[in-house]
Amino acid sequence: MRKISLTQMKGNQKGTILDLAGGAALQNKFMSMGIYKGREITKISHIGLKGPVAIKVGRSVLVLGHSVANKITIESHD
Amino acid sequence: MGNPNVGKSVVFSRLTGVQVISSNYAGTTVEIMRGFLKLGDQEIEVIDLPGTYSLEPGSKSEEVAVSLLNESAKDEIVVISIVDATNLERNLYLTLQLLEAGVSVVVCLNMCDEAKHHGVSIDTVGLEKLLGVPVVPTCAITGSGIKMLVERIKDAKSNPRDKSSHRERWQTIGSIIEQVQRLTHRHHSLRELLEDASVRPFSGALIAIGVMFASFVIVRFIGEGLINRVADPIFLNFYQPLLNKLSQVLGQESFLHHLLIGDLINAKIDFKQSLGLFTTAPYIEFAMVLPYIISFYLVLGLLEDIGILPRLAMLLDNLLHRIGLHGFAIIPVLLGLGCNVPGILATRNLESRRERFIAATLISIGIPCVALQAMIFGLLGKFSGFYVSGVYLVLLVIWVVLGVILNHATKGYSPELLVEIPPYRLPSLLTLWKKLFLRIKGFLIEAAPLVLLGVLIINVLLYFKLFGIFTNLFAPVVNGLFGLPKEAVVALVMGLFRKDVAVGMLMPLALSVKQLFIAAVLLAVSFPCAATFVVFFKELGLKDLLKATLIMCAVALTVGTLLNFLMR
Repeated sequence: MRKISLTQMKGNQKGTILDLAGGAALQNKFMSMGIYKGREITKISHIGLKGPVAIKVGRSVLVLGHSVANKITIESHD
Repeated sequence: MGNPNVGKSVVFSRLTGVQVISSNYAGTTVEIMRGFLKLGDQEIEVIDLPGTYSLEPGSKSEEVAVSLLNESAKDEIVVISIVDATNLERNLYLTLQLLEAGVSVVVCLNMCDEAKHHGVSIDTVGLEKLLGVPVVPTCAITGSGIKMLVERIKDAKSNPRDKSSHRERWQTIGSIIEQVQRLTHRHHSLRELLEDASVRPFSGALIAIGVMFASFVIVRFIGEGLINRVADPIFLNFYQPLLNKLSQVLGQESFLHHLLIGDLINAKIDFKQSLGLFTTAPYIEFAMVLPYIISFYLVLGLLEDIGILPRLAMLLDNLLHRIGLHGFAIIPVLLGLGCNVPGILATRNLESRRERFIAATLISIGIPCVALQAMIFGLLGKFSGFYVSGVYLVLLVIWVVLGVILNHATKGYSPELLVEIPPYRLPSLLTLWKKLFLRIKGFLIEAAPLVLLGVLIINVLLYFKLFGIFTNLFAPVVNGLFGLPKEAVVALVMGLFRKDVAVGMLMPLALSVKQLFIAAVLLAVSFPCAATFVVFFKELGLKDLLKATLIMCAVALTVGTLLNFLMR
C-alpha cells in the first residue's frame, strides 16, 4: 500500500483513487466521467515522460493529460 | 440526450428519417439537429443534442445541449436518455441527473448487441423498476428495438428524485448495477489486444504512422483512379463532342460563346484553360475535385467509424501541447483536411476560447481542404512528386511555427486532455455509405453554385478586359515579392472566394514550376473560401476573424517572399 500520483503508477497496475485535486470545473468533469474517491482503476499506459496517461475505469478507457493525471492520488494495490 | 458516443445520432436518424453524420468517437455532433416523428396522428419534434457527461457543461458543445434542456418547458418535453449498454455504470450518471431535474424520461438502452458480445447482460425489467421510468433495449445501427422505443415514448414519465451529491449518485448507481448487470468473463480477443496496443507508446506510434501513411496512399490511389478511369473518359468522350457542336453553332466570336465555352486553346476546347461556364466550371468540380472528395471522405469515414481518431489524439497530445492545444484538437484538424468548415465547427469540442481561436486559425491557414489539395495535385502532379510533397512540407512548417507563436501570444488558458477512448468497432457499411453520401451532397450543394459564379465573374471580367487596373495596383507585391506575373493576383484574390476556381485560373497563365509552387502555397495559406469566413465569424466573432485575417495576410506575405528568394 503506497500513496502515489497516477503518473507514477506503472502500466497494468491497479489502484484505488484516494484524492482528487483541481478546481470545481475539473472536479465536476471527473465526477461525471466516473472518476471519484474510492473508485478502483487500472492504469494502461502513458506516452513519453510528460505525456498523457490512459486508464481503465469500469468499462471505459479514459485518456488524461499529464497535468490532470498528476492531480489524482492513488493508493496502489501492490 | 446521452453521454458522448452512445449512438444518439443513429437513434435520431432511425426515429425521424433525417440523415445525420455519426462516427465512433465522442463529439461528432456539435449542433442541434431537429426532425419529426409521426406518433399516431400526432407529429412530434425530435431533437438530437451533442453528447454530455453531466448537466454541468464543460465545453461549448455540452453547453449547447444543457442550455436547450434548461430552456424547455418541463411538461412539454420527453427526454430520451440514450445509454450505452456496454458501459451502463458511467452512463447512468446523466440519467440520474435528468431524473433529479424532474423531466419526463424514457431510457433507451442502446448497443445491446455489442453488450451481449462483450458478455454483459442487463435485466431491463429490473432496471425499469429501479429507475421508475421505461427502459427499452435497442440496437440503433440495425434498427432493432426502435419501434418499441417509439411506442413507449408516451409512457415516459418523471420520477423526481431528491437532488443528491456526486458521491451519493455513484453509490446509487453502484447498487443499481449490482442488481441488474451480470458479467460473464471472456478471454481477451484480438480486438482488445489491438485496442491496448494502440494506446501504448511504441506500438501505438507504429500503428498510427502506418494508418496515416496507408490512408494517404489510398486517398491518392482512389482519387487518381476515379479521375483517370471515370471522370476524364466521360468528359472527353461524351461531353466534349457535344460542346464542339455547341461551339460551332454559337460561332467563336460571340459573347455567348465566350461565356459558355470560353477561349479555344489551339482551336480546341481545353477543359482546364478555356474558363467557360460549360467547360472549365463543371470540369473543375466534377473531374478534378469531386473524385478526391469521394476518396477522402471514404477513408475518413472508415477511420472515424473504426475509432482510431481518439487514439491519435492521445499519441499527439505531447506535440500539440507545444502549440497551445491538446491532443483532441487533432480531430478538428483532420476534418479540416476535408473541408475547413466542419473542421472549425468541430472546435466546439475544445473547452477554452483560446484553444478554439488557435485551432480555428491554424485550420483556416495551415490546413488545405480537399478541394484545394485536389487542385494542387492537378497543378503540380505532372512535375515530380517533390513539388507536391514540398507544398505539404511548407504548410507543416508554417503550421508548427504559427502554432508556437500563437501559443505564446494568445492570452487565456488551455485545459488538459480528458477524453474517453471508444472501443474499436467494425464499421457498418450502411452507415459508411450514408455518411459519404451526405458529405458529397453537402459539398455539391455548397460548392457547385459558387464555382459557377466564380467562373462567371472571371469570364465576364476577362471579356471586358477589366483586370488591368486591379492587376497593376498589386503588381509590386505579386511580381516584386512573390515573383509571379501580375495577372496571378486575380487568382489569389479569387482564392479567398473559392479555392478550386482560383487554381483553375492559374492554369492558363503558363507559369514555371517554381511560380506554380509559390502560387499553390500562397493559395493554401489563405482562407479556403467564403464559407470559411462566415463560419469563423459565426463561431468566434468579428474580432477574432479580423485577427485571423491579419495573421493570414502576414503569413502569406512572409512565406511568399521567403520562398521566392530562397528558391532562386
